[in-house]
Amino acid sequence: VSITTIVVEDGELSTVCYRPEGLDQLLQQTKFTRRELQILYRGFKNECPSGVVDEETFKLIYSQFFPQGDSSTYAHFLFEAFDTHKNGMVSFEDFVTGLSIILRGSVTEKLNWAFNLYDLNKDGFITKEEMTDIMSSIYDMMGTCTYPCMQNDAPKEHVDNFFQKMDKNKDGVVTIEEFLESCQKDENIMQSMHLFDNVI
Amino acid sequence: MASGVAAWLPFARAAAIGWMPVANMPMPIAPTEKNKRADELIVLNVSGRRFETWRNTLDRYPDTLLGSSEKEFFYNEETKEYFFDRDADVFRAVLNFYRTGKLHYPRSECITSYDEELSFFGIIPEIIGDCCYEEYKDRRRENQERLMDDDEDKKDAKLPNMTFRETMWRAFENPHTSTMALVFYYVTGFFIAISVLTNVVETVPCGATPNTKEVTCGDRYTVAFFCMDTACVLIFTVEYLMRLFAAPSRYRFMRSVMSIIDVVAILPYYIGLVMTDNEDVSGAFVTLRVFRVFRIFKFSRHSQGLRILGYTLKSCASELGFLLFSLTMAIIIFATVMFYAEKGSTSSKFTSIPASFWYTIVTMTTLGYGDMVPKTIAGKIFGSICSLSGVLVIALPVPVIVSNFSRIYHQNQRADKRRAQKMQKARLARIRISKTGSSNAFLHSKRNGLFSEALELTSSIEEEQHLSKNQSLLESQHHHLLHCLEKTTNHEFADELCYEQSYLEGALQSYPSQSPSLSSQEGMTGTCCTRHTKRNHAPLPNSSIPTCALSHTHPHHNLQELSTIHIQPLNTSRSSLNMRVDEPARLNCQSGTITTAIISIPTPPATTPESDAHPPPPGPTLQNVVKVSAL
Repeated sequence: VSITTIVVEDGELSTVCYRPEGLDQLLQQTKFTRRELQILYRGFKNECPSGVVDEETFKLIYSQFFPQGDSSTYAHFLFEAFDTHKNGMVSFEDFVTGLSIILRGSVTEKLNWAFNLYDLNKDGFITKEEMTDIMSSIYDMMGTCTYPCMQNDAPKEHVDNFFQKMDKNKDGVVTIEEFLESCQKDENIMQSMHLFDNVI
Repeated sequence: MASGVAAWLPFARAAAIGWMPVANMPMPIAPTEKNKRADELIVLNVSGRRFETWRNTLDRYPDTLLGSSEKEFFYNEETKEYFFDRDADVFRAVLNFYRTGKLHYPRSECITSYDEELSFFGIIPEIIGDCCYEEYKDRRRENQERLMDDDEDKKDAKLPNMTFRETMWRAFENPHTSTMALVFYYVTGFFIAISVLTNVVETVPCGATPNTKEVTCGDRYTVAFFCMDTACVLIFTVEYLMRLFAAPSRYRFMRSVMSIIDVVAILPYYIGLVMTDNEDVSGAFVTLRVFRVFRIFKFSRHSQGLRILGYTLKSCASELGFLLFSLTMAIIIFATVMFYAEKGSTSSKFTSIPASFWYTIVTMTTLGYGDMVPKTIAGKIFGSICSLSGVLVIALPVPVIVSNFSRIYHQNQRADKRRAQKMQKARLARIRISKTGSSNAFLHSKRNGLFSEALELTSSIEEEQHLSKNQSLLESQHHHLLHCLEKTTNHEFADELCYEQSYLEGALQSYPSQSPSLSSQEGMTGTCCTRHTKRNHAPLPNSSIPTCALSHTHPHHNLQELSTIHIQPLNTSRSSLNMRVDEPARLNCQSGTITTAIISIPTPPATTPESDAHPPPPGPTLQNVVKVSAL
């Protein structure tokens, strides 16, 4: 990433421009074709002319797809998952790297990514609290007008369900091995992992 | 969906992978893109200016012309581009809408042409961005007001077979329509003036006879004044009753301001008649005479300026209210202060706070009568502050009221000028002269045919056929269509005015957008053709159908038959530029029906077919469906 800073007259730091290194380098790092990268970058640059997405913009973009509910929490988790350098900004490289795993990676890589998403504090374990947070954020995106009516304990029920399925040794946390194992046994999950392969 | 956001949809779908492991049920199958082709550039040729964009950009809004398959109608096979015969400058704004998701209104564009372009491309103007929306709304409002003035002009058109009542009403409302009305107008005006003068002179002391007190003229010549008063009231009563009789909606008339003024003007007299001999109420009777001064308001029917003033005051009600409120606040504050400041001084006139109100008002408006003056130093200080602030408080809302008045007044001036018949005629003459080489117009050929028919010369059919050989295929098809319509409705184009309109529509040039129906006002030959503009009741919300009816050869027909149909998407002043686009399409369909396009306000995933990753939103989708005529 090359960073250009533009300073305006009265000393205020205005636009900071980030530029991705180069198409070829990205080609090597990701599994997208040149054409796909071009399309991705065009869309990215259109919405974020400065070259990076900050969390607010990220949430804003994501919320446009879910008008009925509140997607900010889930967007926040997503942001954390994409922001691999932990600097509060998602550059195009981070963006494309993440997408490459999700869309072009192997099933194991995808599941790894999902695990990383759920593991909020990145300690290698998914606790019930973390899972409840994730689940509530997903349910929040539905909003209040649902059929049947949204109960308050719906996320919690779902979490219990999840832990029952995934937590093999019943120690209250799900490790990456348990997660991978349980997911690979579940046919639905395996199938849905390939659902978006043609998105780009 | 905003354009940039549309580009992020793949990302949003990819991010849905986070839901997969926690889902308990199988996911629905993703929709397949049937003809997934690589993103390609398409060329849009608008009046020669080439715009290029990605196909995906246009696909963002599938409910518009460019985003749907409708644009295939404009595809040019040879040049492999889409050609639109529209304004290239406005198209810039339209295309930018696809690119950025925001619709802007270029200030240099005429509001009507902009609206027409938008409706052509199937974009609803409500999505104009906040940056330009105010300007757009202002311009729109001005245009509406101008159109309302136009409408008022049209009201002057004389309908055939108006009942006596309607004629009378028309005469009352528009004095310049007939001589009788004008006479009536001046007579009533004269009597209003007389009546007011009488009231005034009544109170003037005149001619004191020696050894007696000065008497007013009213007391001296009681009989004369009484007669005068009676005459005026009689005239006013007759006028009121006549207006009441002629009014199309009597209830509404009775509630209108002018009629209330009329009633208040004549009522005191009648009440006085009833109560003259009763000593107790003679005091009240005197008070009633005050109401006679309301007769002066009757002049507002005669004076445009008065009406405008009244209208301005009404439209500035909020500013006036604010003025009043702030003044009241200031008055109370200063009155209180002055009262307490002057409390100490002896023989002070500031006996109470309400008594100080008078001082405050006189001082704030810088009148300064001097009947109440502060004597203490504190009083003088506060008094000076009061007078200084008074100027400020009054000066602030006044410019707003003034500018409102000025705007409305100028609009009325414009309307008056337009109504001036001389200008009308001159302008039409100029329009006629500016047309060159458009002699293939339907009515031009028609006129020859019809004229001869009317004059019972050689048969029109041969002439028409002869003329039709010289016309282009398009024109002749159109003319044939109009002809069929004529035959259907058993009416024909006749009068010069009808010629004018059809001339305008038939020719393939764009003419100035003078509404032809305005021209109907003058030059009525009376015998042949009358024009009637009718607001249509059909599905289109904003179109009007000017019609032309013939009466002389068919004495039994009733009223307007449609002999020409204009579809005007937005307003009555029409440019036939749009007509050009409409007509070929109409010809292709071989029918005069209006095709409607459903345009929905673009909303997030509710309308995108790809978002099957998550269960479809169960709530009502936010889709506003607006029917707009696209062709």
